[in-house]
Amino acid sequence: MLAREPDSELKHTPLHALHVAAGGKMVPFAGYEMPVQYATGVLREHLHTRSHAGLFDVSHMGQIALRPKSGDVRDAALALERLVPQDILNVAPGRQRYAQFTNDLGGILDDLMVANFGNHLFLVVNAACKAGDEAHLRASLSDVCVIEPLADRALIALQGPRAESVLARFCAEAPAMRFMDAGPRRVDGIDCFVSRSGYTGEDGFEISVPAEHAETLAKTLLASSDVLPIGLGARDSLRLEAGLCLYGHDIDTSTTPVEGALDWSIQKSRRNGGVRAGGFRGAEKILPQLEKGAPRRRVGLRPEGRAPVREGTALFANSASTEQIGAVTSGGFGPSLNAPVAMGYLPTLHAATGGLVFAELRGQRLPLRVAAMPFVPNTYKR
Amino acid sequence: MTTLYTTDHEWLRIEGDVATIGVTDYAQSQLGDVVFVELPKVGRGLKKAEAAAVVESVKAASDVYAPISGEVLEVNEALPADPALVNSDAAGKAWFFKMKIADKGELGGLMDEAAYAEHTA
Repeated sequence: MLAREPDSELKHTPLHALHVAAGGKMVPFAGYEMPVQYATGVLREHLHTRSHAGLFDVSHMGQIALRPKSGDVRDAALALERLVPQDILNVAPGRQRYAQFTNDLGGILDDLMVANFGNHLFLVVNAACKAGDEAHLRASLSDVCVIEPLADRALIALQGPRAESVLARFCAEAPAMRFMDAGPRRVDGIDCFVSRSGYTGEDGFEISVPAEHAETLAKTLLASSDVLPIGLGARDSLRLEAGLCLYGHDIDTSTTPVEGALDWSIQKSRRNGGVRAGGFRGAEKILPQLEKGAPRRRVGLRPEGRAPVREGTALFANSASTEQIGAVTSGGFGPSLNAPVAMGYLPTLHAATGGLVFAELRGQRLPLRVAAMPFVPNTYKR
Repeated sequence: MTTLYTTDHEWLRIEGDVATIGVTDYAQSQLGDVVFVELPKVGRGLKKAEAAAVVESVKAASDVYAPISGEVLEVNEALPADPALVNSDAAGKAWFFKMKIADKGELGGLMDEAAYAEHTA
């Protein structure tokens, strides 16, 4: 419960001063000092994002341009397909797709967004993984691509039902974008990259902006009475209610995309029988799992009662068994549901929606219902 | 009536040989929005420093420790139904439980209001 001393080792995003001035409670996160909440508090920040709009600083995430040496973006797409099980070739110009970097054992090195900007690909990767991802890209794709980390850009997410009307005041093209559209757009006269996507389950946008303009743009958006700054605490509860994975917790090198219930993100063209089947790291493990299933699976969990069931909590098949069958990988309280929510891994036998498993919590067995995700319906503008 | 404080940010209101226990306003401000409270069973004999109750915010779970030894006489039934009381009235309506004070000597190690204010300064 003690206040943390400022850590000089921690990096700052271009919006750091703005967070401090806004009363952000700053904590270390992935090597950065980031706001976990503001005076508003996690609960109200969460609910405000679902009812109005929230502004999130996600500048700690990695932004990388993948430029084809040939000048043909399809060469970059085909090269990237060596590292991800997704169809990148058919990501149309101006569109974005969710993907995972896999390793030779089929585990997930990171999850990411890949956008086709016409003459190159634009990647957004997790903060904690970005150095590794860059090295991985250089080692694997340098024959075809120039890998250019865009370290001088901030990333601002504007999420919630009012995000469109707020952004429309500064970017007339924003309302015409649909979910997963992405590309260069001018926002309040600043050259940005805008995507209609996010990590909350709400409609919204992510805006990549040159670092020197980031604070000005953030202040401009925050000047709207609909928009509040939102910290990492609410970002986590929002993404959990939306059933979205947090890398390093819900998925990691020990989980395959199929185990992680991300099979939906792998297109037919890369599966057995597809036009470009396989050819990515760990295909030997992942392709059979896509057909036959995996021994375990990430599932949504709704604890009965009000007690949050946190990450790491052991799961059991019944109230008396001593053999652990799984574990919670993310868990907390869902403010929009006014109830605890969690996700975790269970053997496929126990993973069917509606099934009952038990968590060991403070020496007692607490029942949890296996539930479909998202827990809160998403409101993407498709 | 005396109010005493622990280094774990609990308050004790002493009335005769009964102590009413809650968490301080400082504690609730550090916890953030409280979403779950679990209280001990009435009649349970608590030893000093034993985990007696659980308070969870959206961020994390924290134990509330028995600041002294004694039997649980009464619990605040309103609290599990409305955990947000901890945020709105930590020092009042959000009391957790009442204990029979087994050993008044244990009160000697606790802080008064001035000492607690210094502790959280």
